[in-house]
Amino acid sequence: MTNQNTISRESDLSGGEYKWGFVTDIETDLAPKGLSEDIVRLISAKKEEPEWLLEYRLKAYRHWVELEKSEAEPTWAMIDYPPIDYQDIYYYAAPKGTNEAPKSLDDVDPEMLETFEKLGIPLQERAALAGVAVDAVFDSVSVVTTMEKQLGELGIIFCSFSNAVKNHPELVKKYLGSVVPYTDNFFASLNAAVFSDGSFVYIPPGVKCPIELMTYFRINTEGSGQFERTLIVADKGAYVSYLEGCTAPFRKTSQLHAATVELVALDDSEIKYSTIQNWFPGTKDGEGGIYNFVTKRGRADKNAKISWTQVETGSAITWKYPSVILKGDNSVGEFFSVALANNHQQADTGTKMIHIGKNTKSTIVSKGISAGKGSNTYRGQVQIMPGAENAVNHTQCDSLLVGDECGAHTVPYIEVRNPTARLEHEASTSKVSDDQLFYLMARGLSEEEAHHMIITGWSRDVIKELPFEFALEASQLLKVSLEGAVG
Amino acid sequence: MLEINNLHASVVDIENSEILNGINLKVGKGEVHAIMGPNGSGKSTLANVLMGRPDYLVTDGDVTLEGESILELRPDQRAHLGMFLAFQYPAEIPGVRPWQFLKAALDSKAESRGEDKMSVRNFSKLFDEKVEAVGINPNLVKRSLNEGFSGGEKKRNEMLQLEVLQPALAILDETDSGLDVDALRIVAEGVNSMRSPERSFIVVTHYQRLLNYITPDVVHILVKGKIVKTGGADLALEVEKDGYQEYLEAAGANA
Ligand SMILES: Nc1ncnc2c1ncn2[C@@H]1O[C@H](COP(=O)(O)OP(=O)(O)O)[C@@H](O)[C@H]1O
Ligand SMILES: [Mg+2]
Repeated sequence: MTNQNTISRESDLSGGEYKWGFVTDIETDLAPKGLSEDIVRLISAKKEEPEWLLEYRLKAYRHWVELEKSEAEPTWAMIDYPPIDYQDIYYYAAPKGTNEAPKSLDDVDPEMLETFEKLGIPLQERAALAGVAVDAVFDSVSVVTTMEKQLGELGIIFCSFSNAVKNHPELVKKYLGSVVPYTDNFFASLNAAVFSDGSFVYIPPGVKCPIELMTYFRINTEGSGQFERTLIVADKGAYVSYLEGCTAPFRKTSQLHAATVELVALDDSEIKYSTIQNWFPGTKDGEGGIYNFVTKRGRADKNAKISWTQVETGSAITWKYPSVILKGDNSVGEFFSVALANNHQQADTGTKMIHIGKNTKSTIVSKGISAGKGSNTYRGQVQIMPGAENAVNHTQCDSLLVGDECGAHTVPYIEVRNPTARLEHEASTSKVSDDQLFYLMARGLSEEEAHHMIITGWSRDVIKELPFEFALEASQLLKVSLEGAVG
Repeated sequence: MLEINNLHASVVDIENSEILNGINLKVGKGEVHAIMGPNGSGKSTLANVLMGRPDYLVTDGDVTLEGESILELRPDQRAHLGMFLAFQYPAEIPGVRPWQFLKAALDSKAESRGEDKMSVRNFSKLFDEKVEAVGINPNLVKRSLNEGFSGGEKKRNEMLQLEVLQPALAILDETDSGLDVDALRIVAEGVNSMRSPERSFIVVTHYQRLLNYITPDVVHILVKGKIVKTGGADLALEVEKDGYQEYLEAAGANA
């Protein structure tokens, strides 16, 4: 079996519509709806967490309550949605029997394994053949992590966040909240209070992780929120490539997803973080879909490099700005993004590059595709601090319009506090032209194939940054997500 | 093979914009027809209407391929029937590599006919052979389709596609324009080597030059959307000597 067969989900992707909308029928352990100190305590107790972590959650919760009272839910993004009732959400939903982390695949509910099989996620031993290690998060709980042992021999830790709290509390305590403090923003505070599970990665000094690490997130329960927490630490001179994939069932009510991801790249290390986000985008008429409010940030120390690559085709609302704090001298930050908004989808996404160290360098390539009645906003901030001698930023920001009811917006913020900085900004807006379509169709491609080829070609600068299996999947996703928008 | 009867066409959405006004043309199997005419006479419009470009509206007449009308067919369906248009101005498509594009084109044709797709290995071999045959810079085909290609490179790239796709009816729209003598010879060699009793060509050209290398069976003079004269290969030489003036005047008087 090759990588391509296990990861890409071509068979599921052929026929249009959202293919990941099925619901898995398993018993779920639900905490009552709503958010209170008791719920926070309950989540912590369910997970048998140490006192310090409960304290951390409670501090975050109290901070969030203040923010909510002062109506500090951010409103600056170009997105429009009815007010979220934070008391009408389940903050804890776990497949029954997984309160205790499963020890091996044998302990996992077969229904759930089947779900991940349907999604094309290699949980079985064949994951090893595919050359990826997988952590699967179902609703709020990590159900299985493959290849933990093999990685362990290299000293690499790749496990669920809950397991990390149990088995490596000193690492979690040291780095949790070190890049995204619980006071950072409304959604980050909420996440810090109620986060349920997620992935934890630690790569020891000098170790290059030989395989891709992958986490797969799945929301199943209706009315539940998903609040994962991911923490990746690359120690000095380490390297890791990490992939993240997401889907959710077809629901007519909206679901909230507020994740936090922290990356710590110590001196001379490199973290490559790739995302394919395909949460349920809502129906054609704009009913339901995931509200995706995500805080992702990395800190790059001396000579370190952090690279974010994302293909965002899902969610009704995307609010997401993967960022890099270029703290160490000579550190490098990269952001490569394709965001697609079709039908009634709204995407407000971009990045922040904060240059603190000398000779720091950042690259931003953002490709926004708008179709149907979709709205796509690039929001990017480049900040050059006074000590950042010779900082360099290159930003390229392109929009592609399919049809004439959609919108594309570009909102760059630039703040330069050191005169040696060099910044370049390029932006373009284009349409799929009739000339291009006719040219491809005259060679035998259907209108849909022609659109797909033009759009993936246009996105190539980003897609080529993805690991091979993910690149195939990204291209297929763009195709499926655009169906109905063309023709 | 191809029959055009009293074809009238205008630009979609523009009233009284008739460009083709009553074209009649019969291209038999294995024949090479040249269409000549001054700039703006409607040569490209004819080529594009034959291929099904949606910018044009056929207001009267019919076009049949092997006896079946093709006017209701989409461009991709016409391609699947074996039609091919080498564009006068090929579109630029960023990020799409010629290899990938041609493989997809070939696959779609095979699929429409219920045939097996060519393996990647065999296709690569064929592709490399043809890249060499048409003399296109091999580095170019690793880049984006037509993006940053010179005029001559674009034309060679059209020839590359023609030779890989091996259509039953090839329409070349001024593939010779802007080419130096070497490139011109490559175009001619391509056409001549592909000439067969099963394959027909319509070669649209403004100058007689190309016809020194490709000997057409029939030459048509197109002026103001009408074929005003049809003859043998020597008609092209006549035009070369005397120009289009007399035809223009005649067409002007008729209009
Ligand atoms: N899409 C179009 N919209 C408006 N006018 C057009 C269009 N296509 C062709 N024309 C006009 O029709 C005439 C014939 O054009 P064309 O077929 O390109 O001539 P040729 O190829 O013989 O030089 C020209 O006057 C041209 O401006
Ligand atoms: Mg022309």
